[in-house]
Amino acid sequence: MITEIIIAALLAIGGTFGLVGSYGLVKLPDLMTRLHAPTKASTLGVGGVLLASMADAALRQGTVSWHELLVTLFLFLTAPITANFIAKAHIARAMPREPLPPTGTARDWATLDLSDEPVMPQLTPPGRPGRPS
Amino acid sequence: MITLALYYAFACFGLGLLITLWRVVFSPSIPDRILALDTMVVNVIALIVLFGMITGSGLYFEAALLFAMTGFVSSVAYAKFILRGDIIE
Repeated sequence: MITEIIIAALLAIGGTFGLVGSYGLVKLPDLMTRLHAPTKASTLGVGGVLLASMADAALRQGTVSWHELLVTLFLFLTAPITANFIAKAHIARAMPREPLPPTGTARDWATLDLSDEPVMPQLTPPGRPGRPS
Repeated sequence: MITLALYYAFACFGLGLLITLWRVVFSPSIPDRILALDTMVVNVIALIVLFGMITGSGLYFEAALLFAMTGFVSSVAYAKFILRGDIIE
């Protein structure tokens, strides 16, 4: 009985988080905020479902399966990389340069550095917002 | 109770898949479309795992793992193509 409650609660939490993550993709106003919703909530949702699957295999069928842990680990490793790439594509394409702090070099934001010059990060001058809104 | 929770999770992830499909078709910019495709892959992984739970077969986890890998690689390749105009430089 208690195992059924645990598995059902994990499934319910996972489903709710998955739905919230997908809904945030439509609801939130800006791409930088939209990036926030799926990459966090969807991985939490899938994590809940995979934990429920592991608990189902371990508690009800008596077999331990590690595949779910592998999927969870892979998703947790790759979600920030994908988010970083999407954010870089957005900055390079469509983001206004005005709220961004200076890069400290002659290059623009989110571009490839082919030179050997050392990157010297500059602090944001006072009076300018430090993070893109 | 588990069956009910499974159906609830199926409904949630199916609805999320529909929302992301709508977002892929009517997306305001191209990075948005990549993000929607990435979320779509995550939803499909959850649906595959749920289907594996309902059938009691361990075969579907390999499919989920493959989906996770191809989804990650394709999202990164799409973003890299948008960013640089080329994937392998």
